[in-house]
Amino acid sequence: MSLRPANLLRAATLALLAGFLLWPQRFAPLFAPLTQYGAPPIYDQGDLLQLTLAHLATVCIAAVASTLVAVGLGIFVTRPSGAEFLPLSRALVNVGQTFPPVAVLAVAVPMVGFGEKPTLIALFAYGLLPIFENTMVGLQTCNRELLEAASGMGMSARQRLLGVELPIAMPLILEGVRLSLVINIGTATIGSTVAAKGLGEVIIAGLLSNNTAFILQGGLVTGLMAVLLYDAVGMLERRICKSAHPA
Amino acid sequence: MIKVENLRKRYGASTVVDDVTMTVERGRFAVIVGTSGSGKSTLLRMINRLVEPDAGRVLIDGKDTRDEPAHLLRRRIGYAIQGHGLFPHRTVAENIATVPHLLGWSEARIRPRIEELLHAFQLDPAGYAHKFPHQLSGGQQQRVGVARALAAEPAVLLMDEPFGALDPIIRGKAQDDLLAIQRRFGTTIVLVTHDMDEAFRLGDRVAVMSHGRMLQYDRPAALLTRPADPLVARMTGIADRALRLLSLTGAGELATPGAADGPEIPAAASLRDALSELLWRGASAGRVMREDGTVQGQLTIAAIIAHGKPA
Ligand SMILES: Nc1ncnc2c1ncn2[C@@H]1O[C@H](COP(=O)(O)OP(=O)(O)O)[C@@H](O)[C@H]1O
Ligand SMILES: [Mg+2]
Repeated sequence: MSLRPANLLRAATLALLAGFLLWPQRFAPLFAPLTQYGAPPIYDQGDLLQLTLAHLATVCIAAVASTLVAVGLGIFVTRPSGAEFLPLSRALVNVGQTFPPVAVLAVAVPMVGFGEKPTLIALFAYGLLPIFENTMVGLQTCNRELLEAASGMGMSARQRLLGVELPIAMPLILEGVRLSLVINIGTATIGSTVAAKGLGEVIIAGLLSNNTAFILQGGLVTGLMAVLLYDAVGMLERRICKSAHPA
Repeated sequence: MIKVENLRKRYGASTVVDDVTMTVERGRFAVIVGTSGSGKSTLLRMINRLVEPDAGRVLIDGKDTRDEPAHLLRRRIGYAIQGHGLFPHRTVAENIATVPHLLGWSEARIRPRIEELLHAFQLDPAGYAHKFPHQLSGGQQQRVGVARALAAEPAVLLMDEPFGALDPIIRGKAQDDLLAIQRRFGTTIVLVTHDMDEAFRLGDRVAVMSHGRMLQYDRPAALLTRPADPLVARMTGIADRALRLLSLTGAGELATPGAADGPEIPAAASLRDALSELLWRGASAGRVMREDGTVQGQLTIAAIIAHGKPA
């Protein structure tokens, strides 16, 4: 990795986030002006690092599930045998996106109880759409000539999918995953309303005790994570797809 | 040898390929020519079963093509299409290795084959093997497309307007290269084109198609001198048919041995080019030169003219 400005910025952001999570008290003077009547300037009702990792874990588990289901569905509805399910799948996935995650929580809690589970369900449903749409577009726009060449040379349907269609659709699929991840890093904060471990706790604590410093800390850590994750998937995307796309 | 027997294909109400029968002998070059929509591609694609016929059958070396799964059949048949269809995410070498990989060849066998093909298509392996398709010119991409089709040494090569996207000068070169490659590997080729000049230049036999029917399948000269249908005569060109006939014979074939003078004419030049050269020089005869620079004989305008009318 060279010392280009982008890399410097990347390293600085990561260092800032890590520094804050490992030694939050060192940042106390920065946040002190935001507190009143001697309230604590740094979140003190739990370990920030653990909350952040729990938050990240919830988002990543939901993202893996969304990706598997959305990509699988995207592949299925672009095969001749699944084409008739395209409108139905589209409708379902769209509902997942338009149904507010808070409402999903409300519906899910009576069924699966409080904690991580309802949050995972809400994030899973919310994250499907971008990945599904991008998978479908990526597979559908695969050049007809290319598919004909692949079949003409004797690739089976499976070899064609794995060797040609998916690699060519990969940049778009990853773009969908990236979008989904970033949206859900933010959305996951609502999980704290149903007792899931996450950065929402920090924000809610701030709201309850009228402590602006807490709210800002929860928001900033969430935001920095989203930025870093967005960037990381972007790098992965460029590495994987370098060849498929003319510079 | 490819035997196409009474092939028929319908799409909805229209019969796109209508009872077509043709035979291509081993090592021969057959060209299917016709206007756009006449069913050429459909006919070609029924040979490797990208399209399944409604009636009729195809035999390759006596074996019915339906005797094995379609994708296995296709690995034994080269297939090159217009716009090359190269995989953008794979290097030139990986593209060429596609079918050998599908067939499970060892790396030790694939690598020299890639090099041989790149050399045959005048692409230096060191410089090109690891390039991606988008880093090549149109002509180079097309050559890699044909190299890929030939990679697993197929006895049969099917080509659907392979040179359609090339500009005229590069196309001429690509056609010459293809003829040289065919001679070198002894491949049986069926090529589809809408370009009559290309058909006459490449084909040992030319099939003329119109509205799904094969009007005539014959040697190029016979299409001119004995058209089976008025449409064949129209499509092969009535105004310039004499010149077209001359273009089918080499100057060397008509040269008479003995003393010769006049402008030099390469033995490999067609009579059409020879006539043009003599007219341009205002000469009534020329010296036919072999490739090694020796004189083969005399060629007179009178001899050329005599050759330009149907026997
Ligand atoms: N899969 C298909 N479904 C319906 N019609 C088709 C299909 N493929 C080809 N056709 C029709 O068949 C006719 C012949 O097509 P084609 O064989 O591609 O002709 P050519 O290669 O001579 O231009 C055209 O009218 C075309 O529209
Ligand atoms: Mg065609």
